[in-house]
Amino acid sequence: MTLEPGAKVRVRDAWPERHAPMHIRTPHYLRGRQGVVARHLGTFANPEAIAFGRVGEPRDLYHVVFDQPSVWGEGAAGDTLMVELFEHWLEEA
Amino acid sequence: MAGQPTPESLDLLEKLVAALIRRGITSEAAIAAKIASTDRASPETGARMVARAWVDPAYRALLLRDGSAAAEAMGVTMAGQPPLGVLEDTEALHHLVVCTLCSCYPRAVIGYPPHWYKSAAYRARAVREPRAVLAEFGTVLPAGMQVRVVDSTADFRWMVLPARPAGTEGWDEARLAAIVQRDHLVGVSLPHAA
Repeated sequence: MTLEPGAKVRVRDAWPERHAPMHIRTPHYLRGRQGVVARHLGTFANPEAIAFGRVGEPRDLYHVVFDQPSVWGEGAAGDTLMVELFEHWLEEA
Repeated sequence: MAGQPTPESLDLLEKLVAALIRRGITSEAAIAAKIASTDRASPETGARMVARAWVDPAYRALLLRDGSAAAEAMGVTMAGQPPLGVLEDTEALHHLVVCTLCSCYPRAVIGYPPHWYKSAAYRARAVREPRAVLAEFGTVLPAGMQVRVVDSTADFRWMVLPARPAGTEGWDEARLAAIVQRDHLVGVSLPHAA
């Protein structure tokens, strides 16, 4: 799956750290949130594996933009958040 | 995390380094070279990159396309460093960089992060109330300018290319570089002709 700029995505509403020790680079505040792909940043070893000394399989990394006020329920209209997210945390929305 | 290392931790470090050297994974010289390059890194490097981008459209294009290559072009060794991305401010968009998960920071081109960048308060508030944080740094954005908070969560490190301030027409690169400071390169404040 390669997502194109402008693709609508949703961050998986998953909380695997509640069940096992994890190293996750997806912030809590974005779980379940909808955003728009800004661009594909490249392919990097999955940090969730390398943090535990395992082989990090290559994963696509994207810059994704989110509407900032709707994430927090406050803020200025039009402000945005832009966050690096790995492909396995994104679903098509 | 804070405070002085304990004798136990220094002993552990010494044993770890000795083991890595014994196995050929690193060397005293490689460690010394890494410490030297880390100590050399300072906001002056990022400032020179910004100033060049303001006067040289080809360098500006390179900086925005491949920040690591643009840093290399300034003599920075990027081997072994995370890739550098550069985000351009415009008349309508202002970037603010934070790392909510830890303290990712473009050290190769700015040096060590300031204390506040690593604080829980900055990391929590920058994503939630960026305009209040900016105001505390004395930064009030012109009406109509949107804020884009860049949460540095993964493999890249992010630097901001601020807009060239009014009143700097005709300035050469060195004079421009002198007005660009550390805080401008992560977007908590804006450069001014001074």
